[in-house]
Amino acid sequence: MEAALDAGLAAQAPGAEARQTIVLSVPSIVCGNCIRSVENTLRALRGVEAARANLTTKRVSVVVDPSLSSTIDLAAALERAGFPAAPLIENAETEQAARVSELLPRLGVAGFAAGNIMMLSVAVWSGEVSDMDRSLMDLLHWLSALIALPAVAYAGQPFFKSALAALRSRRLNMDVPISLGVLLATGMSLFQTMRSSEQIYFDAATTLLFFLLIGRVLDERMRTKARGAAENLIGLRATNATLVAPDQTTKLVLASTLKPGMIIAVAAGERVAGDGQVISGQSDIDESLISGETRPRAVSIGDPVYAGTINCGGTLRVRITAAEENTLLSEIGRLMLNAEQSRGRYVRLADRASQIYAPAVHVLGLLTFILWMALGAPWDQSLTHAIAVLIITCPCALALAVPAVQVAAMSRLFSKGVIVKAPDGLERLAEIDCVVFDKTGTLTTGELRLETSHGVDVAALGRAGSIAGMSKHPFAQALAKAARAEGIQTRAVEGVEEVPGSGLVTTSMGFEEKVGSAAWVGVGDRNASIWYAAEGKPAVGFDFVDELRTDAAACVSELRHAGYLVRLLSGDRRAAVAQTAAACSIKDWTAEVRPDQKLEVIEVLKARGYKTLMVGDGLNDAPALAAGHASLSPASAIDIAQTTADAVFQGDVLRPVIETLSVAKAARRLALQNFAIAILYNSIFVPLAMAGYVTPLIAALAMSGSSIMVTANALRLRSKALRLPNAGASA
Amino acid sequence: MTSLAWLIPAALTLGMMGLAAFLWALRSGQFDDLEGAKWRAISDDNDRMAAESDRSRADDV
Repeated sequence: MEAALDAGLAAQAPGAEARQTIVLSVPSIVCGNCIRSVENTLRALRGVEAARANLTTKRVSVVVDPSLSSTIDLAAALERAGFPAAPLIENAETEQAARVSELLPRLGVAGFAAGNIMMLSVAVWSGEVSDMDRSLMDLLHWLSALIALPAVAYAGQPFFKSALAALRSRRLNMDVPISLGVLLATGMSLFQTMRSSEQIYFDAATTLLFFLLIGRVLDERMRTKARGAAENLIGLRATNATLVAPDQTTKLVLASTLKPGMIIAVAAGERVAGDGQVISGQSDIDESLISGETRPRAVSIGDPVYAGTINCGGTLRVRITAAEENTLLSEIGRLMLNAEQSRGRYVRLADRASQIYAPAVHVLGLLTFILWMALGAPWDQSLTHAIAVLIITCPCALALAVPAVQVAAMSRLFSKGVIVKAPDGLERLAEIDCVVFDKTGTLTTGELRLETSHGVDVAALGRAGSIAGMSKHPFAQALAKAARAEGIQTRAVEGVEEVPGSGLVTTSMGFEEKVGSAAWVGVGDRNASIWYAAEGKPAVGFDFVDELRTDAAACVSELRHAGYLVRLLSGDRRAAVAQTAAACSIKDWTAEVRPDQKLEVIEVLKARGYKTLMVGDGLNDAPALAAGHASLSPASAIDIAQTTADAVFQGDVLRPVIETLSVAKAARRLALQNFAIAILYNSIFVPLAMAGYVTPLIAALAMSGSSIMVTANALRLRSKALRLPNAGASA
Repeated sequence: MTSLAWLIPAALTLGMMGLAAFLWALRSGQFDDLEGAKWRAISDDNDRMAAESDRSRADDV
């Protein structure tokens, strides 16, 4: 029916090949009305054939003829309707979603098989104590086999494939003993069914697959959710650029489509979309994300500007200069690539466990066979006991131990606004004993606040604030805000003229008043950020500081009390960094460091045996983020930093850094507890299995029992009260 | 004992139906947007026909 409908549509629309599905991230979809508005807005556009919004992923998929409406048109239309939207870069995320949708039907089949075989098995077990006759028992066994064989063949594939891949590359992972256990249990049960014996483990094999698939689906699902949320965050920051054509017409294009030689216009307050050279206009550029420097840099014709920086002053025209491989970004990218390689060698906890576990159980199985043969048992009985050992040791609890904890930890952090993206991020975070902070945008909010510690000239501030209130420049805005915060009534001032890149001037009071840079008001002193000068009076300087996050000092002291080494690395001026370091009581700080020097510091710490957590938001932090043992970025960070970091935290406070460390460490502790449970269970049941006492009923109880215990233990993490454990405490 | 002859097939058939329903629901994207579904149920769109036909073309994301 659906195929017929599609065929009909295709016949109606001859240009069907031109259709394209575009996925946009629209984070502001929060309710049913948003769905309607978004879909209706899009459907009203030319060339849009279908639009469907998804409230869960906060995305909308649009089927559109790209020749009639481009991606940028769609995003612009949504923006006009009040829903900022950004196109998504299609990548690994879709592959991950595909993995979840591949696992779910397998989970369904395994659940069906486990339930029905258990139903038949209960009949067999109760038949053993009553008067069930042989032929009926055989019938029930054959029925179980009929369900189990196709179910195992289908539902077990993810494990078999992974085990095979591991064996091919001469490694061992948890899936090797799992696959072996499941296959042997199924194979032997089939053999015993044919011989009409009682050693039938179909129920154990299918229940095992069912439990393991639940763990795997939850794990993948959490990961997809985290990755999707992270991509939405980044998507919104992807910049558009206003392209200026040779005939002076302007057009909005995606920043990624810019080529060297193109000319773009950058309005005040906009982000510069690419590396380039200013060809007209003058302004101040906020480069804090690139260099960590809070003070805007004045630029005029001929000066270079970089992608990601913000234009604070007048409109600029920029000629894009850098080809792909020459941008500042790709230079940083090269540093990051080198740094990341060392991290790729990290071996995950479960894999480390399986490297010991897998050989151990296989040796035990072999030993059981040899012992029983030596004791004179027939070969088929010896083999049965050996296989029973392998079934009992099949690491269901062990394989669930880590994923169950990770899912619980990630969902707890997710609800606190921390998105853990790296699969092994939590495990690396748990080992941290040293925290390196960036200053601008990390310890601080990245917003400007008037420095009032030396007292302010209230009259001058009132006048300067009133004049500054007429401008959109961030310093001017901050000055007006500061004046109001001091309780001064700011007034509308007439005839304020703005000179881009310099400052403001007015003569409304009958004499000339200037607000702006030191050069603009004519003072040599460059210590203050912005100056006010009335004709005939000495100029008054106002300095701005980058405001600390409200809990920065408290968080740093909590970290230090727990024994973590805390360092501050910033690209900003010495004076500014010293001030922040003092406010947070960080003794160990370095100012004016370049990105490669940050990387060096991290490497030195690593060489000294520290496991470093890098917390940073700027482009200049990106290599250090990649090199750190683990890394965190605020959601306000530049996209490169967010992609590199293991986790991204949202909100205005620094508290999530501590929360992340506590949860990661608690997760590690719980994972180790789970290993202990699994080992305890093995130490009880393996001797029983080796002695030949394990019946299918015991196997089934033991399997489910240990899996449920491990999962329940992991779920404790969701509600547990946590505090930051001391550094160096490994558990 | 003869009751088993129809009880077991009946149980298995019911189970199969459940499994089939689950697989169908999965394949047709019933679980793709659990948040949105509850809102769509109460919104009385006059362009429901459009929304219905969208479903076959614009996959949930």
